[in-house]
Amino acid sequence: MTSGTVPSLSGVVRSSGHNQAALDAPVKIAVDRLNFYYGEKRALDGISIKIRSNLVTAFIGPSGCGKSTFLRTLNRMNDIIPATRVEGGVLIDGQPIYESGVDVVQLRRKVGMVFQKSNPFPKSIFENVAYGLRINGLTKSKAEMAERVEESLRQAAIWDEVKDRLHESALALSGGQQQRLCIARALAIRPEILLMDEPASALDPIATQRIEELIYDLKKNYTIVIVTHNMQQAARVSDFTAFFWLGRLIEFDRTDKIFTAPAERLTEDYVTGRCG
Amino acid sequence: MPTRTLEWIIERLLFLCAALSVLTTAGIIAVLAFETYEFLREVPILDFLTGTEWTPLFANRQFGVLPLVAGTLLVSAIAMVVALPMGLLAATYLSEYAPDTLRRIVKPVLEILAGVPTVVYGYFALTFVTPLLQRVFPTLSGFNALSPGLVMGLMILPLVSSLSEDAMRAVPSGLREGSYALGATRMQTAIKVVVPAAFSGVTAAFILAVSRAIGETMIVAIAAGQQPRLTANPFVPIETMTAYIVQVSLGDTPQGTIEYRTIFAVGMLLFLMTFVLNLISTWLRERFREEYA
Amino acid sequence: MRKPADLIFQAISLLTLVVALAALGALVWTVVADGAPRLSWQFITNIASRNAEKAGVYHALMGSIWVITLTGLLALPVGVAAAIYLEEYGSRSAVARFIELNIANLAAVPSIIYGLLGLGLFVRLMGMGQSVMAGAATLALLALPVVILSTREALRTVPNSIREGSYALGATKWQTIWNQVLPMSLPGVLTGLILALSRAIGETAPLITIGALTYIPFAPDTVWSKFTVLPIQIFNWVSRPQADFKVNAAAGILVLLVLLLSMNAVAVIVRDRYQRQGRA
Repeated sequence: MTSGTVPSLSGVVRSSGHNQAALDAPVKIAVDRLNFYYGEKRALDGISIKIRSNLVTAFIGPSGCGKSTFLRTLNRMNDIIPATRVEGGVLIDGQPIYESGVDVVQLRRKVGMVFQKSNPFPKSIFENVAYGLRINGLTKSKAEMAERVEESLRQAAIWDEVKDRLHESALALSGGQQQRLCIARALAIRPEILLMDEPASALDPIATQRIEELIYDLKKNYTIVIVTHNMQQAARVSDFTAFFWLGRLIEFDRTDKIFTAPAERLTEDYVTGRCG
Repeated sequence: MPTRTLEWIIERLLFLCAALSVLTTAGIIAVLAFETYEFLREVPILDFLTGTEWTPLFANRQFGVLPLVAGTLLVSAIAMVVALPMGLLAATYLSEYAPDTLRRIVKPVLEILAGVPTVVYGYFALTFVTPLLQRVFPTLSGFNALSPGLVMGLMILPLVSSLSEDAMRAVPSGLREGSYALGATRMQTAIKVVVPAAFSGVTAAFILAVSRAIGETMIVAIAAGQQPRLTANPFVPIETMTAYIVQVSLGDTPQGTIEYRTIFAVGMLLFLMTFVLNLISTWLRERFREEYA
Repeated sequence: MRKPADLIFQAISLLTLVVALAALGALVWTVVADGAPRLSWQFITNIASRNAEKAGVYHALMGSIWVITLTGLLALPVGVAAAIYLEEYGSRSAVARFIELNIANLAAVPSIIYGLLGLGLFVRLMGMGQSVMAGAATLALLALPVVILSTREALRTVPNSIREGSYALGATKWQTIWNQVLPMSLPGVLTGLILALSRAIGETAPLITIGALTYIPFAPDTVWSKFTVLPIQIFNWVSRPQADFKVNAAAGILVLLVLLLSMNAVAVIVRDRYQRQGRA
């Protein structure tokens, strides 16, 4: 047990008034001794973690420590990479997702994802958001679709900027706008969990701030897991933080604890910038 | 909304379309083999492969295929004399010397040369090249092997050039720089370092060019003649394997006759020759890629 | 001592290119000089005739258009489907490799062999006769490797991030391909098809072998009609001893070259327009 606070970040951590409530929130995702292999190489080693509902959980750690890989196991995005293998269990709402007979399509409707580099489709803004609705057959009329699209764009705090040009190409938007569009696109199918892989890493500070505010608002309705290499961001935005190192989960606790009084020496070294 | 079954069906259909290529190869082999087999029931294979008279359409029928093979090889050899050195020189120049502006002019020109239909080349050989050559060689017959050979060489030049250039560009620049650093000129580097390093790739290109020449039809059908003749004389009319197939196809040969079967027997021989050459070329290219991948 | 050798080498290489260029120039000049006198609107609308001056390319031109259109309709779906399988589904399996090997080999098989296949399989065995359909099926097989290759390249230009974005929204593989990947690669696919067809339109040997006629008194009216095509008409004319017919052949070549140039121009336009669209 290390003593003393971590000076650089203690001022940044939001003092969450619901600290106690946070620990009582129901478990949304339960991971039990997960190993992950790229071919013969083990990229994740014995990860066990419980991610709670309607909270923001941040994954931090140096490059290559496996945090993105782990994120992608939660919606089985790693399935599309050949020669990968999973051992151990991931349960969402108590149901295992790595069993035969699991409908991956349904899983991904429940667990949405936003990528590091925004990847809007080369279609109109409207079509980008409507795509998920179309392929999943979620709306019955054009009017309903238009409503859902508007709802998602509002949730992503971008409606006012695009409402007059819904049928223009999404590629004409700025980087920050494209990323918010991708968030709207993910929200359109009404997932319960939102996975975000370094959502603001390619953005300027102002755009980054807007995304962070958005995340804070969204957690009322969604469970959010965010991977970030920016510790200040993790401290600002998340309720819980998980620290990864070389494929292992080193420490997982409330964010204020991780950044002010971490239990592990390695964690303290990382968050104070002494290593990593 | 696609279900799992629908996805599975779609994947099967896509696979079938891809497997069609295998069916095509099988079809070619089956069609050729069947008719060749029937042909060989009437004509002993040794007579076919070693006979020196080819007169299947005459009263006194002889089925020795060597004159056709000789005609094919003669025209192809002349074509290679043109295409290989010129193609390699052009490739060397483009790969090692040419400034960008020149490349941007030359490459489209070579592409155009490669894209001209062969029937146009045949016209060119018969009406322009042959009369031109006859001024130099008065004994040159109106149909001969020289004229289509030269024109075929021109047609194949772009193939040799672009494949050889690809091979040379795949040679790592480190090798070139090492050579320059020792004080070698561009020519010395090109000849002594780059081309040898690109050897398998260039050889693969050459072999593919030969295969292309052997299989070429219209230029020889128009300008080489229809007189099968076992000769190495480029001034007289000859007939190639491909031109023979055209000749019979233009006529009214009924199905099931031995004359009809000859085109498949000749076709089988042609297919085997080009197939083996293509295999060797592919193998060389694979080896080359492994060296520099 | 070395510098002059270097210059000579450069000169020889350059000379090679010049010779090739000059030969191409001679070819174009010959064809234009020989054929231009005969080229006229009548030439295009006249039908074949024993009188060289009255003969035109109409039936052959119609035959070419029929055959090429049908070839495109046959080759495009099959070629694109095969390319999709190999690029998106096949991965590194042994079966996929075997198929790829076959395609690569087929690309180098002489076109007259395809004619023999067409003769044995389409004309005789499947009873299509010497019809436009048999010709188109034969040429479609011939064009398939080119279509497959260019479609695969077009599919490869679609970034993986697009596919991932689609999967993350719960799309199946086919939904992703149909809704995102194919539309994005369409320009490359079309360009490849047009180039394959522009090669097919000049093909003579396979069509002669399956029995396309050299003298035909009508244009095709169904896909089961007998037919002839422009290059065969040219071949027919150039094979006649009379000098007059050689002029016709040259004029026919000009028509063919104009067709070719237009097709290539369309391919370039398609490619450029969509390249500009993609960079919104």
